[in-house]
Formats: sequence, C-alpha cells, structure tokens
Amino acid sequence: MAKGIWVIIEQSKSEIRKVSLEVLSQTRIIANETGEPLSAVILGKGIAELADKVAAYGADKVYLVDDEKLENYTTGAYTSVLNKLIRQEEPQAVLMGNTAVGKDLAPRLAQRLGVGLASDCTGMEIDQENFLKFKRPIYGGKAFADVTSNVRPILATIRPNIFPVAAPDESRKAEVVNETATIDPADLRAIVKDIVMATSERPELIEAEIIISGGRGMKGPENYKILEECADVIGAAVGASRAAVDAGWIEEKFQVGQTGKTVSPTLYIACGISGAIQHLAGMGSSKVIVAINKDPEANIFNLADYGIVGDLFEIVPLLTEEFKKLKSE
Amino acid sequence: MNIVVCLKQTFDTEAKIVIDGSGNIDSTGVDQIINPYDEFAIEEALQLKEKFGGEVTVVSMGPEKAEAAIRTALAMGCDKGVLITDPGLENPDEWVTAEVLSKAIAQIPYDIILVGRIAVDFGASQVGVRLADLLDIPSVSSILKLEIDGDKATVTREIDGGTELIELSLPAVLTAQKGLNTPRYPSMMGIMKAKKKEVKVLNLADLGLNASDLQPKMTVQKFSLPTPRTAGKKIEGEPAEVAAELAKLLREEAKVI
Amino acid sequence: MNFELNEDHIMMRKMVRDFAEEEVAAGSAERDEKEEFPLDLWNKCAELGLAGITFPEEYGGVGADYLSYAITIEELSRVDASLGVIISAHSSLCANPIYMFGTEEQKQKYLVPLATGEKMGAFGLTEPMAGSDASGTRTTAVRDGDEFVINGTKIFITNGYYADTYVITAQMDKSKGNRGITAFIVEKGTPGFSFGKKEKKMGIRSSATYELVFENCRIPAENMLGEEGRGFKVAMQTLDYGRIGIASQALGIAQGAYEEAMKYAKERVQFGKTLAEMDVIQFKLADMATQIEAARLLVYQACHYATHKKPVSKYAAMAKVFASETANAVATQAVQILGGYGYTREYPVERMMRDAKITEIYEGTSEIQRIVIAANILREQ
Repeated sequence: MAKGIWVIIEQSKSEIRKVSLEVLSQTRIIANETGEPLSAVILGKGIAELADKVAAYGADKVYLVDDEKLENYTTGAYTSVLNKLIRQEEPQAVLMGNTAVGKDLAPRLAQRLGVGLASDCTGMEIDQENFLKFKRPIYGGKAFADVTSNVRPILATIRPNIFPVAAPDESRKAEVVNETATIDPADLRAIVKDIVMATSERPELIEAEIIISGGRGMKGPENYKILEECADVIGAAVGASRAAVDAGWIEEKFQVGQTGKTVSPTLYIACGISGAIQHLAGMGSSKVIVAINKDPEANIFNLADYGIVGDLFEIVPLLTEEFKKLKSE
Repeated sequence: MNIVVCLKQTFDTEAKIVIDGSGNIDSTGVDQIINPYDEFAIEEALQLKEKFGGEVTVVSMGPEKAEAAIRTALAMGCDKGVLITDPGLENPDEWVTAEVLSKAIAQIPYDIILVGRIAVDFGASQVGVRLADLLDIPSVSSILKLEIDGDKATVTREIDGGTELIELSLPAVLTAQKGLNTPRYPSMMGIMKAKKKEVKVLNLADLGLNASDLQPKMTVQKFSLPTPRTAGKKIEGEPAEVAAELAKLLREEAKVI
Repeated sequence: MNFELNEDHIMMRKMVRDFAEEEVAAGSAERDEKEEFPLDLWNKCAELGLAGITFPEEYGGVGADYLSYAITIEELSRVDASLGVIISAHSSLCANPIYMFGTEEQKQKYLVPLATGEKMGAFGLTEPMAGSDASGTRTTAVRDGDEFVINGTKIFITNGYYADTYVITAQMDKSKGNRGITAFIVEKGTPGFSFGKKEKKMGIRSSATYELVFENCRIPAENMLGEEGRGFKVAMQTLDYGRIGIASQALGIAQGAYEEAMKYAKERVQFGKTLAEMDVIQFKLADMATQIEAARLLVYQACHYATHKKPVSKYAAMAKVFASETANAVATQAVQILGGYGYTREYPVERMMRDAKITEIYEGTSEIQRIVIAANILREQ
C-alpha cells in the first residue's frame, strides 16, 4: 500500500531552492491533515548538512543520495536513482518545484514509473479519501483544470511563488536515510559540459517577488536601464512583453506571457504594456498589479490594482527615487 | 538525416477561453494554429535538413482538423505528415499521447526528434520527455542552440538563471524553447506544393493499439475560469505626485514594498 | 456556389496576415511619415512568393489563382496600403502585360525575374496630357534600324526609380490616335532613361511615385511588347486586371479601418458605457461591415472570372469602383468613431483615410470605371 508524500528537494552547491521549501511547507500542512509521513529526498554531492534544514521545514524523513555523479542535474542519472527509490519505498505522491529541473525530471520519471503527472500546479488539496488533487493553470492561465489520478504514485510539479515558506522549526528532527546511487553508464548519454549562470544579481523571473516589466511603450532597447535602475532598488526582476521581445529590444528569456514565462509575483509593475490577452495570461495571477501607460484606453488598466496614465519615462525614474526614500527609512 | 517533428494543433494564443454548458472548454469559432513552440521545432528541423539533407516527417495526434496544422508544416517545407486520429483518443493525457506517438514514430526512421518544449493549451511540458523515455533515448529540454557533428549533438539548454551546455549522442529528443530560431512563414510556393505531399492518417488499430489499453492516468475533474480582476485605483496628478502616491500606496495599503 | 475559402486560401490568408502583422504593421506609420520606400519588405515579400502569385511556375511564378492574389493584396493593405500597391503595380501592371502579350523570349528574359521578385516592375502610361484619356500620349517611339528611339515624359509612376523593368506606351503614329500607340519594355539604366521628380502625396506615402524621363532613349527592337499600334489595347487589358489589385487594396484599407474602429469602440467609454454599446455607433459599424462584405464579394467574383480567363472588364470595374468608394466611406467613418484621436497620427485610421482616396483615382478614376461598366452593360443588352 502506497504511503507517504515525498518532496524532491532541488539544491545547487548546498543551497536549497526557495520553491523546494515552498512545496515542503505546503505539503507539511497536507500531511498534518492526512497523518501521513512526509519525506524529503535530496540528490547531489556533499549534501548531508541539508538534512537538518529540511527537517526544520517539516520533513519527517530525509532520503539522501550523495554521489559525485549527481553533482549536476542530468536527466538520466536523476531519473534512474529516483525511479529505483520510488519503486522500493512506494510513496503515494511525489512533488517537486516546476523549475527547469522539475520540468525535465518529472515527466521522465512519471513515464518510467508509468504514472500521471500534474504539471505546474498552483493549488493542491486532499479529497475525502485523502487523495491529493491539484489545480493547474491551462491556456497560459486563462483557465484552470482540477486534476487527480487513481494511479499511485501521483507526481506533481508546483509553480514557484504560490505557497509561502513556513517558519523553520529548528527543534524538529528527521530520520535520515542514506541511499547509494547505482548509475548505469547508459544513464549518462547526455553530459553537462558547462553551466553558464547569468551575471545579473537580479532574482530569477519565475521566483521574483517583484517584477517590473516593459512593453512596446519602452520604444527601444536602450530604455530598459530605467527599469533596471528601479528593479535594483526594490530587488525586482526585469520582464518584458512579447512586443518588446519580438522587436528585438530584450532577450527572449525575459518575456512574460503565454509564449514566455508565467509568473506570480507579489507585485507586478507593467510599464508601457497594453495588456494583450497573451501577456495577461502570464502575469494575471500576480498579487498586486501596477500599470503605467500613456494610453488611457490600454487594456492593462482593466485589471491593474493601481493605474497611472502617463509617460513612463517621466514616472518610472521618479518612482525609483520614491522607492529609494522608502528603502532608506 | 531523418528528422521527426511532433506537433500539436492548439488554440490561437489570442483566443478567449469559454467553458460550455457541459463544463468543457468550448472550441467553437476558435482559430487553431500550430503550437508556437512546435514552430521552433519545425524551423530547426528544416534548417538541419538544409544543412545535412534528409527528410522531415511531421507527426501529430489530434482530431481530423489537425491535418490543417500538418499541412502548414508541409507548406513550411516539411516532407511528410502523419496524423493519428481515433475516437478512442478524445481526452488523452500526456501518458496516452506519448504512448501513441512513440508507436507511430517507431515506424519512421529517425536520427533526431524535435518537439516544442510546451504546448500553449494544456501547458504540461511532458510529452517530449515521456516520448524519449519510451523510445529509450536521451532528451534535453528547453534548447536554445543546437549543433550536430556526426552522431553527437551539442546543445545549449535554458535553466533557471542561466544556460547549460550539454553533449549527447543521437538519436535524441530535443524540446525547443523560444530563442532557438525564428520560424519561417510558409511561402506561397510552399502552400501550393503542400497539397501534393503525403499525409498518412492512422487510427489506433493501425498502430496495433486499442483504446482500452490507453486509459489516461490523469483525470480532469473540473475546468474553471479565473476570477476576473477588476480595475483598481487610478492615480492622477503631476508625475512627481503620482510617483509619490504610488510608492506610498504600495507600502501602506498593498504592503508589497 | 461556395462562399467559403478553401484550405489553400485559408493558409495563404493566415500566412500573409501573420507576415503583415508581425513584420509590416509596426513600421507603417513611420514609413508614411518619412515617405520611406520599404525595400526590405519588398525583398521579404519576394521570398514568400508574393511577387508572382498568378504566373505559372515555368515563368518563375507560384501558379496560384487570382483569389490568392486578391487575398494577398487585401491582407498587406489592411496594415499598409503602400506595400499593397507596390506589389499590385509590380504584378498587375508590369509582369502581367509581359505574361499576356510578351514573346517567349521576353517572358524568359523579363517575366521570370519579375515573377520571382528578383526584379521589380513598373508601368508607364500616364502623361501630363494623357490621364484618363490615353489618346493624348505625347511620348514618341521612332524606329531606327533594329532600335526604337523613345522621347517623352511619364508621370505618377508607381514603383518608379525602384523598379528594374518598365512597361511603357509611346505614340508611333499620331495620325492614328489610339491605334498609333505601342507598348515597350525598358530597363532601368538604359542611356537616355532617367527619373524626374518624386511626387509628394496625400496618401500611400511610402510607395514611390516618380516621373520617367526619356531623352533619345534607345531600346532594342525586340523590346516592343505586343504588336505595333496595339499598345492601347495592351494598356486597357492590363488595367482591367490591375483593377482587381486596386480593388483588393481598397478592400484591405476598409477592413483595416473597420477593425481599428471596432477595437476602439469596444474599449472607449463615454457617458458610462462603451461606444460599442451605443446604437449610434452600432449602426455605423453595421453599415461598415455590410459595405465591406459586399465589396469583398465583388472583388472575389472578379477574381473568379480572371482565373478562368473569362471577360473580366465589367466585373473588375465594378469591384474597383465599389471597393474604393467603400474604403473611403469606411475609413472616414472610422476616423469619426475615433473622434479627436482618429484625426491624430496616434491612431492609424488617419493614415488609412488618406490612403483610401487614391483608390478612387488611379488605374481609372471612379468616373472611368462607370464608363467601362456602362459600355459593357449597354453592349450586353
């Protein structure tokens, strides 16, 4: 009988991804209701010290798979190790963050196990039979589907920035299980040769608490520095609409929308963005939306919590100064 | 080089989503397009063909009308199309789709399989990776750059906050991310030629499958629409005033700064 | 009778619309403002096969029908009427007479590169003294051994200066009036052929409109297009087909203006409701939509006759006069719906209204179209 809920913890250089803690915190709440054990699984190299940390965030049990071949994520090795472990321990659900790793690992693992996967979930709850159900955005956030599965385990990836990270309880202790990895050479058919991290100090778009985005109204690539200056004062990420990306003003990786990143920050500041339906799909779940646009008829004003009709080139620098004042208080 | 591209016909990204009386997504009157990420896969396949020769086969699972999407891919320059359509495939999940596609692709010679990294309708980002597992070949998700040398591929993949350079052996599944290339438009000549190209239409029986073995793992219990947001406050005045007022509201009222 | 487009036409419309919206639309206002000829867009159109839609594959064309052509011009003109006329003048007024009247050698030498879009074409008929009345043609062509010597001036020539190949008319025997007119093919760069002034226009400002000047311009005798003395017929038949292009351009302008008005009416709130919720605006939109559909049916009907090589003169003239008057009526109403904003260059309807006017003038004014229609229907009775 399948038992227990697992959270796969994503880490890099012994640093746990925030979304992993979000998933762990939320799953703790669920596990308290169902009375099931909550386990965290960490793969990597030199990760022993992370066990206490995940215990503090709610794990009852921690599986550690420490191996130098697992230092960097590879689809083959991670899938193989987790497949074996899941078949051996039979959890009823396996959850992880919907990150670059999660998006690659979860479907591979689900297929290896012959089970279903709920991707990019923004809600989870339990039904009368203590089965997990998930809410996930579809059509880029224009609709939602409530999904479940009667096949065990059920896999799910959870969107970053949806659930809060609970306060850690350092007194919590977890049972630690060290597992050894058996990695077949066939699992290493794709080898990571190099990792290049962007030099930007700004937060990753999908995990950022605050995003300041520029659209067609930015008029050219040179003007993004106005947004960057503002972003750096409030610790925001910089985003863009498809119009700005298609015009070649800013790289694709900054695009927010149905054909870009889907984001749920606490605060989204849209500058010179008209609010095309495909953009709204990517940022409509932001908690607070601010729109600055000189066109009073711009669609973005129909959903902005705070709207300013005006010239972003005047207003954004002034806003940056105001934020500086607030931050220095 | 034999290249297979998987594509899905999806709603236009400008489409408004409506839920019909029986609780399903209403497709009445919605423009259908090639999933935009699959267009990057098609373009990459065509560029590989231009460089190395060979043939590009487009494979799609979907309703009969999905043939239009395949025809568009043929008009862009792909050589052949395969459409798998069957009444038993009405509500497939990603597991079903991957199982069916893998059976169809197993009948086609391939050195590389290209798919979009996500479909803009159900947004699962699963099928390409599942397909690779079924075919027991490596895969790399969200690629931004592809170079091929013999049976080795070097790809740049997008990760959170950076990129990874990955080397792998072919055959493999690669999922295309925006930024990989700029898809071409089908030309007028291409559109005229497309109608003479072969589109094989297969059902489950043709693939040795039957619907009872393909019960989806996932079930959708309900579709819903987000609660519409409403317009909030308009802040008016001189630029300096509105900036100060906004900063104040964000701190004191919204408490987000 | 089938009023729905087939799969090919649907795909063509989507392709041209995607191209127009993604690559053409954003720069329309700026090119209009600066009177900037869109050479890069011309090249992109050529790559997509838009320069030779109706010509057979053996002459470098696509081998598609006139409906494909009309849809293309309509979709381009929906966002940029200048680009619409550049393609239309090239195809209908230069490549098409060479296709209809050219020798096999002329087709190989001139039609093939025109149809592939490697070369651009223009047509020189109008002169200071020969507008609607071609019999006033003063440009002369005189045979000298195995050459013709051309002298005279052509005005208002679309694609002038940018085009590589020019089909022109010249008088060889003034005593014969129209029957003295002959058509010729002249290449850009031929000594004695130069460009005069560039017109500053009210609309379609990013299309180039130039004066052509011939001063003892010598061209080889084999460049005579059609028979000697049949140039008027060449010109009239060319214009019959050309009118389908202009009618499609007008249709596109009307469609573009209508969509802008519709979008604005749905968003703009006055007196506590959107404009689209007001009867007075709804009636305007209903009339605009109805006029556009009627124009579209006339244009597509003319395409049917052109594709099937049936007499097209009457249908093309009807399509052109109706579509161009529709474009003007609809664009004017669109400006009205947008009110003060519509009158500014912040919104494209101002440009569309200026662009619409020319469609009632060139390739036969509305008055000439009515003469053509009348001549046809009176003959039929």
